[in-house]
Amino acid sequence: MTTNEAIPMVSIRNVHKSFGDLEVLKGVSLDVRKGEVICIIGPSGSGKSTLIRCVNALNDIQQGSILVEGLEVNDPQLDKLKLRKKVGMVFQQYNLFPHKTALENIMMAPIRVLKQNKQEAEQTARELIKKVRLEGKESSYPGELSGGQQQRVAIARSLAMKPDVILFDEVTAALDPETVGEVLLTIKELAEEGMTCILVTHEMAFAREVADHIYFTDRGVIVEHGAPATFFDEAKDPRTKEFLSQIL
Amino acid sequence: MKSADHKAEYQSNFQGGQKVAYQTDMPVMMTPSPKAGPSFRFSLKPWHGFVIAMACIISSGIAYAVTDKAEASIFEVLVRWMPLLLEGFVFNLVISVCAMGIGTFVGAGLGLGQISLNPLLRKFSWAITQFFRNSPWLVLLFFSMFLLPFEFKVGDMTIPLPDWVKAIIGLSLPVMANVSEIVRGAVQSLPSGQWEAAESLAYTRRQTLWLVILPQCVKRMLPPWMNLYAILTMATVLASIVGVSEVMTLTGQALAAEGGRTDLLAPFYSFILLLFFVYCYPISRWTVHLEKKFAVIN
Repeated sequence: MTTNEAIPMVSIRNVHKSFGDLEVLKGVSLDVRKGEVICIIGPSGSGKSTLIRCVNALNDIQQGSILVEGLEVNDPQLDKLKLRKKVGMVFQQYNLFPHKTALENIMMAPIRVLKQNKQEAEQTARELIKKVRLEGKESSYPGELSGGQQQRVAIARSLAMKPDVILFDEVTAALDPETVGEVLLTIKELAEEGMTCILVTHEMAFAREVADHIYFTDRGVIVEHGAPATFFDEAKDPRTKEFLSQIL
Repeated sequence: MKSADHKAEYQSNFQGGQKVAYQTDMPVMMTPSPKAGPSFRFSLKPWHGFVIAMACIISSGIAYAVTDKAEASIFEVLVRWMPLLLEGFVFNLVISVCAMGIGTFVGAGLGLGQISLNPLLRKFSWAITQFFRNSPWLVLLFFSMFLLPFEFKVGDMTIPLPDWVKAIIGLSLPVMANVSEIVRGAVQSLPSGQWEAAESLAYTRRQTLWLVILPQCVKRMLPPWMNLYAILTMATVLASIVGVSEVMTLTGQALAAEGGRTDLLAPFYSFILLLFFVYCYPISRWTVHLEKKFAVIN
């Protein structure tokens, strides 16, 4: 898929975010173009999860601008529903609705929010279940599924809304190493189909293989960024080198 | 920061030159924080029923023994009055069901008001809940009996408000407050991830509440709600104090009609106790069963 070079799909400029007195983001800027896969890596507490949560307005920002396809997030008049129809999110803890089956979890939002009719939504949901390789699990409740399966249902649930960009917040951090692979494969396939993805992840091998651009954050700022090849092999900043040496 | 305080406390405990083998931010054993459960959990046990039945039987036995041959035996007296007493007991149950119904309906609304985004509504709901939760039920009953009019006019119609209706309203007030807390507690016990997931799917707050949050809350609310009902049922006898003709009043009248025989006091009142036990104990058991079934592991 060709990427649109002209206007970034997501444009983050000089974002500052504080929780009370604690400043978590201290002026972060980055661009995401359509079809790109961006990985944000960094130590705990560096603000990476906070950053992507600002993109779909789960957290508000004190200063700066986030433009998502022309919608300004740091705007008191922002239509949050409109924004969230464009931006999907997958969480570390899956956050599936436990009182609904896998199929219903995927179908619910298109029916209630996008006002699709039930047959159409169900058809799409079944296709998505097939896509994430969970055939046979349509009638299972989240409690009956493994972590990796739940996470794939969560990805399918986001996809059902046909978003323009999906945010992944450390989606494999709560999974055991065997199931991590199946989720990463799903994300990789999404990326190859041209979905714009912003991932916060600790999976360096995955980032290296799939990302178009990698950002390293530490203590609320972007320390360094680059394409995977240059980033991993030719890191310039000493903090980056220290971080990479610890995890690679 | 809490962890820093703990660290300082932990380190200060080792001042006598002892080396701490393993440094952590938190002490190894933390005193368990008090469990945030319902503040008052009344549970009926089988031995309660056994004791009441024994009281009934023994007092009846004594009454039988001291009964003059000329007077009617205790069993004859009880059997004679039983239809009336049972009728009175059913009336208690009617009061309890009605008060529970009204209290649950209004209380649920108050509970949702407590989590509203509107600060005024939130504070107002909180204040009402706290006021009626911390007032003695009998006092609230008295208030409703004496403050509510005995009839009120709607247009041309005059609607009478009999005592028992006022008692229902009076008892529904503490129920309302407790249900409000049950609802609020259940909603707040759900992980915030549920709210976040629904929000990121572009649900409105109302959709999130009605499609995601409240359905999950029903299970959590059921045990404390049923417990409240058992307590309410037993509290319906308070209505006798404000003049409503229910089982306690009728028992008093029956005893008076029997010439105030003191040997009948214990059998009659323990019979009433038994009635309440037989009704409330299965509810209690079912509550325990539901609690185990819906045990939530976060």
